[in-house]
Amino acid sequence: MDEQMEAVLRAEQVSVSYSGSTAVKNVYLNIPRNRVVAFIGPSGCGKSTILRCFNRMNDLVAGAKMDGRITFNDVDIYDSSVDPVDLRRQVVMVFQKPNPFPKSIYENIAFGARINGYQGDMDELVERSLQQAAIWDEVKDKLKDSGLALSGGQQQRLCIARAIAIQPEVILMDEPCSALDPISTLRVEELIKKLIENYTIVIVTHNMQQASRVSDYTAFFNAKATETGGKMGYLVEYDRTENIFHNPQQQATQEYVSGRFG
Amino acid sequence: MSVLPVNDTSLWKPTRLLNRRVELAVKLIFGLFALVSVATTIGIIATLIFETFEFFREVSMVSFLTDSKWTPLFSSAQFGIFVLVSATVMLSGIAISVALPLGLLSAICLSEYASPKLRSILKPLLEVLAGIPSVVFGYFALLLVTPFLQSITPGLEGFNALSAGVVLGVSITPLVASLSEDAISAVPQSLRDGAYALGATKRETIISVVLPAALSGIVSSVILAVSRAIGETMIVTLAAGQHPRLGLNPFVPVMAMTAFIVQASLGDTPAGSLAYKTIYAVGMSLFVLTLILNIFSFWFVRRFREKYE
Ligand SMILES: Nc1ncnc2c1ncn2[C@@H]1O[C@H](COP(=O)(O)OP(=O)(O)OP(=O)(O)O)[C@@H](O)[C@H]1O
Ligand SMILES: [Mg+2]
Repeated sequence: MDEQMEAVLRAEQVSVSYSGSTAVKNVYLNIPRNRVVAFIGPSGCGKSTILRCFNRMNDLVAGAKMDGRITFNDVDIYDSSVDPVDLRRQVVMVFQKPNPFPKSIYENIAFGARINGYQGDMDELVERSLQQAAIWDEVKDKLKDSGLALSGGQQQRLCIARAIAIQPEVILMDEPCSALDPISTLRVEELIKKLIENYTIVIVTHNMQQASRVSDYTAFFNAKATETGGKMGYLVEYDRTENIFHNPQQQATQEYVSGRFG
Repeated sequence: MSVLPVNDTSLWKPTRLLNRRVELAVKLIFGLFALVSVATTIGIIATLIFETFEFFREVSMVSFLTDSKWTPLFSSAQFGIFVLVSATVMLSGIAISVALPLGLLSAICLSEYASPKLRSILKPLLEVLAGIPSVVFGYFALLLVTPFLQSITPGLEGFNALSAGVVLGVSITPLVASLSEDAISAVPQSLRDGAYALGATKRETIISVVLPAALSGIVSSVILAVSRAIGETMIVTLAAGQHPRLGLNPFVPVMAMTAFIVQASLGDTPAGSLAYKTIYAVGMSLFVLTLILNIFSFWFVRRFREKYE
């Protein structure tokens, strides 16, 4: 990478296997503070897998095993002294499918704050988080309604609000717009650009335009066939987004971003 | 790659007419079987209503609901149904306060904490418990649990609601456990992930996200278990006694509604006599009680079920 940035998250020689078969191998990545990093690449190349390693969500998957080293603010997050629960409070995750809790909109936001021992004014926190997630105007009159009663796009922004509410450092987003219509997608993208002042964001996306619109850096993953017939993902190229899209160093990247892939 | 020929009609000979006839025959047969079960239900309810109606021609509804004694076989007969209802309610209450924590905790343990291996051992064990005949539970209560409870509870009589209620609770625990487990397992993993991704611990996730999401299923399992307890006969007849008594004292013998039906049916009760009709009146009361519970459960599930796609 061309400029020397302060890395919040740093992956060194990370490989992940599920039940013994390697899904992604040998990834080196630095996630710079207050920037948006996009992960792109074909299906099954391990983007979600790497993302889930950053807040140890993979610990919850039976059979998943990680090798290598990931640091968060220079602390090895897989060290035995690190509690994954504490880590996830600072490195939160927003999922592909909106998953609001079957609670009121208000409680959806308050839940995370409460379990993390928030002592301040809850009403204010809820309002501020919903405002930051650009959904306050749509829900301010129905905070007592169930979060499940919202539209898909609103649910996703509610999930983002819920993540912001616990004031994390990093927000991991796994294809957050794939279930949304173009207008909701644009609103989420605007939101991402706004959030970047205070947060660091890693976003997985299959939408090239989205990657080029919102991200500062882009990592292109690809998968290659192994001798045993499986597929193994690896990081092809990681650079500033404009370089990836306009001046890629690798042939595969060039083909993928221009849509002449496979 | 050669393309399949289009419109080569000689290769296709569908048997449409035969198919239609078979479909019709199948429909008739299934309809007939469905009719048998519906007719049985209607027959039972009709008999109940008819005999109950006959009963109330001899005994007034007011004394049925307000008498404080249940002595239908005495010469000075009294028909205070709440004497029996109080016993049934107390027994079911004790049973569910045993079965709810036991069943719900095992359901949580099975679905959230147990490894697949442990689960494959525990689940069949629970199902074995569900397969024990209730007469065995009854004698278990009478011959083992009661003496044990007597040794720690002074004044507990040989027949009592406490012991019967506790064992009744154990007998309906598998029902609560397996239905609640179904409800808990049906909560999508994405909800759990959502909670974990915000830094929730496993306990917080289960208590604040999984259980509320499964609430309607858990409540309906509990209500089903309560209706089962209300209708359960052997355990309460054997262990709780046959002494009609108004009140909620769990240390003395009482008579549950089902226990009365057993008692009255065992003696020679000539058809058409008042005692005979009394059996139906009690049966009808039981039916109404469980019906109310089921309607409540139906309403609750409709009202509180969360829809996930
Ligand atoms: N829970 C799991 N158990 C077993 N194998 C898994 C699991 N999750 C992912 N894999 C495997 O790991 C590989 C990478 O999957 P991953 O979900 O990270 O891909 P992805 O790049 O996010 O794909 P997509 O773009 O389709 O979301 C795949 O081959 C997949 O089969
Ligand atoms: Mg993915």
